[in-house]
Amino acid sequence: MDRFKLIGLLAALAMASGIQQAQADKSDDTLRIAWGADGVMHNADNYYGATRAGIWFSKMVWDTLIERDPTTSEYRPNLAKTWTWVDDTTLEFELRQGIKFHNGEAFDADDVVYTYNKVSSDSGVKFQRIVNWIDKVEKVERYRVRIHTKEKFPQAIEFLSGPMPVYPNEYYESVGAEGMSKMPIGTGPYKVVSMKPGEEYRLVRNEDYTWGGPKSMAKIKNVVVRELPDLQTQVAELIAGGIDVTADLTTDLAEKLDGTPGVSAEQAGTLRVFYLGFDAAGRTGHKAMTDLRVRRAIAHAINRRSIVDNLMRGAARVLDTPCHPQQFGCVESAAMAYDYDVEKAKSLLADAGYGDGFEVDLYAEAPAQEAEAIIGDLAAVGIKAKLNRLPWEAYRDAQLANKAPLFLTNWGSYSLADAAAIISVFFSGNEDDFARDREVTEWLGIADTSTAPETRKAFYAKAIERITEQAYFLSLFSGIRSYGYDSNLAFVAYVDEIPRFYEYSWK
Amino acid sequence: MLTFTIKRLFSALLTLLLISIFTFSLAHLAGDPAIAIAGREASAEDIARIRAHYGFDRPLVQQYLAWCGQALVGDFGRSYHYQQAVSEMLATRLPITLILGISALGFALAISLPLGIVAAIRPNSLIDRISLGLAVVGQAMPTFWFALVMIVVFGLTLRWLPISGNASWQNFVMPTIALGYFATPALMRLTRAGMIDALESDFVRTARAKGLSQTSILFKHALRNVMIPVVSVSAVQCGAMLSGSIVVEQIFALQGIGWLGYDATVRSDLPVVQAITLVIAAFYVLLTLLADLLNAVLDPRIRIG
Repeated sequence: MDRFKLIGLLAALAMASGIQQAQADKSDDTLRIAWGADGVMHNADNYYGATRAGIWFSKMVWDTLIERDPTTSEYRPNLAKTWTWVDDTTLEFELRQGIKFHNGEAFDADDVVYTYNKVSSDSGVKFQRIVNWIDKVEKVERYRVRIHTKEKFPQAIEFLSGPMPVYPNEYYESVGAEGMSKMPIGTGPYKVVSMKPGEEYRLVRNEDYTWGGPKSMAKIKNVVVRELPDLQTQVAELIAGGIDVTADLTTDLAEKLDGTPGVSAEQAGTLRVFYLGFDAAGRTGHKAMTDLRVRRAIAHAINRRSIVDNLMRGAARVLDTPCHPQQFGCVESAAMAYDYDVEKAKSLLADAGYGDGFEVDLYAEAPAQEAEAIIGDLAAVGIKAKLNRLPWEAYRDAQLANKAPLFLTNWGSYSLADAAAIISVFFSGNEDDFARDREVTEWLGIADTSTAPETRKAFYAKAIERITEQAYFLSLFSGIRSYGYDSNLAFVAYVDEIPRFYEYSWK
Repeated sequence: MLTFTIKRLFSALLTLLLISIFTFSLAHLAGDPAIAIAGREASAEDIARIRAHYGFDRPLVQQYLAWCGQALVGDFGRSYHYQQAVSEMLATRLPITLILGISALGFALAISLPLGIVAAIRPNSLIDRISLGLAVVGQAMPTFWFALVMIVVFGLTLRWLPISGNASWQNFVMPTIALGYFATPALMRLTRAGMIDALESDFVRTARAKGLSQTSILFKHALRNVMIPVVSVSAVQCGAMLSGSIVVEQIFALQGIGWLGYDATVRSDLPVVQAITLVIAAFYVLLTLLADLLNAVLDPRIRIG
């Protein structure tokens, strides 16, 4: 029996036997968060840690120059008061004055210069794409800095509002990366009290967070984050009242938990895109995948609606674009849609000379159910797909070793609301590009570097049209994140998969 | 005796060396460590850069020798993910696994020895049947399932014990039972079988003929013989508990080296994998040595032979 089902069953038994209702511990005003089932936060310094939990932690402890409103998607001044493009590759910021880091160190231009110059020149930083557009950062005045980009980089504002926190230069210089990880110091709404790496982190409200930034002062005074790598344990703790919130649930568990007294569950749509990738460039030597008719046949053969309705459920939606429509530049109208049409799929296969079907290896790291459903759909049109379901690391190894003619995976775009964070990753002529369409690469080059929003949109639209028309990449559906929380907690989920723990309060 | 000791030490060191070579090779053969280190949302360029940054593009032998050079002076390097010294991480986490492993072995012995002895004294009695039932269930039941059942019963329904963490001794109760119960059947059946053999042996018959009390026969003569294989198996079980507590540590969120080792393996945190493997291997070597010495104390023939 599947372990998830098992705990569901056990939890149901426990509920049936009349367990006490989970109680929010309002008395000590402490929010108990569990994460870790979706990956432990090894390192609080997320430039080096590169985990999703690290992004959540970062939002609590640090600030960015700009903050994107998660509801309206507007860019709001945060550590920066204003910003202007001085020229195509120079972005100038006037910084907010009077802000102090948790250790008392004053925030000024030196911190911005130090942080961004350091991370953009260090090859140990994991998400290079987040920082490698920076050429250098210079101090103009105490509260004025300039970021010079290597080339035109219009996404800079989005990136700077993403996972790019500003660190205190003097503190970082004295304690180094290890010291920062052990005792993070930021300007954010929560101060770190203690850190047991990979185990437990205790935070307390930053009472000085009154400088009028777009992030609110923390409503709940204390936060305890516990790394609970086992999802079943998280569920048990949630029911028992040992934790107040988790963002690691599966759809099944969220549905089961929703009826539990004292516990609420919510499933929210995310920017994550699940997709089927084709080796259209022939890197694996699988001839059928290089044939447009075959790729289109596969697109018509998969009943995406049924997968969304029956397996993904919740807030997931069928996607036609190779990006999430909520990302800038992801022009839905440009995409060619493939309806579910088995006869058309069979006819396309027959035209391509594969009337009797063919065999193909499908590499997947997505949940097994979705992969099985796709295999069933492909079998209905005569394609015998052999499932190689692997952990992420092994899957990626096989993909980069050109062993995967067909692959099922997903991409979260680092929570960035810009089409460049997905389309340009997979179609820029690099190793991750399994289409190698020079025109698409050229158009993306223009879209990625143009400072005129309309030009960007137009060129992303051209790329989307070609990518979908050529069926280089079949978007399946958007992802969902499932949350479980104490019913007494005023919880809100956001599309960028980042819970703003400082916003939550007790009802 | 000195030659014997030197030989034993030499073979222990050789074992550790071979294990480290084996672990290092396996970790690299299992796939490109740069992929796991770069993270879930890393592009191919990110992975290539990480490969160069950590020197994974160097020849394997060169990488191994570099690691060995550091390890010989007690520096196990730094974790690729935690950015911490591995020795520091082990110092924090090893005690948790040791407490769990030793208490689980203690629990297993506390259950298996008395039950095994009683079952041997009264074969086919009710108590023998019960102990057989316990042994079969213990062997057949997956540890994770047993752990979850305990969580539901003692953590959720009765609320007697904390579900996860390592804050107090109560946190270790369920993990100890979950881990210890798995080792109980082997020890119990071994004690029972050994005891039955011993009770039917000539020296016990002689002891009875001499008019010795039942207690004296059981504990001074029979049990002493039974303990020899039990001690050997306990040593192996203790090693298995130290290295095999991954599932228990994960479910109860005990941050010991079992779960750390598993996580490090999945994420190709090679310095951590290497260090943990060596530590566990060293424990095995040490425990086997201790078991030999203890058996030598229990059985003069081993000492002399």
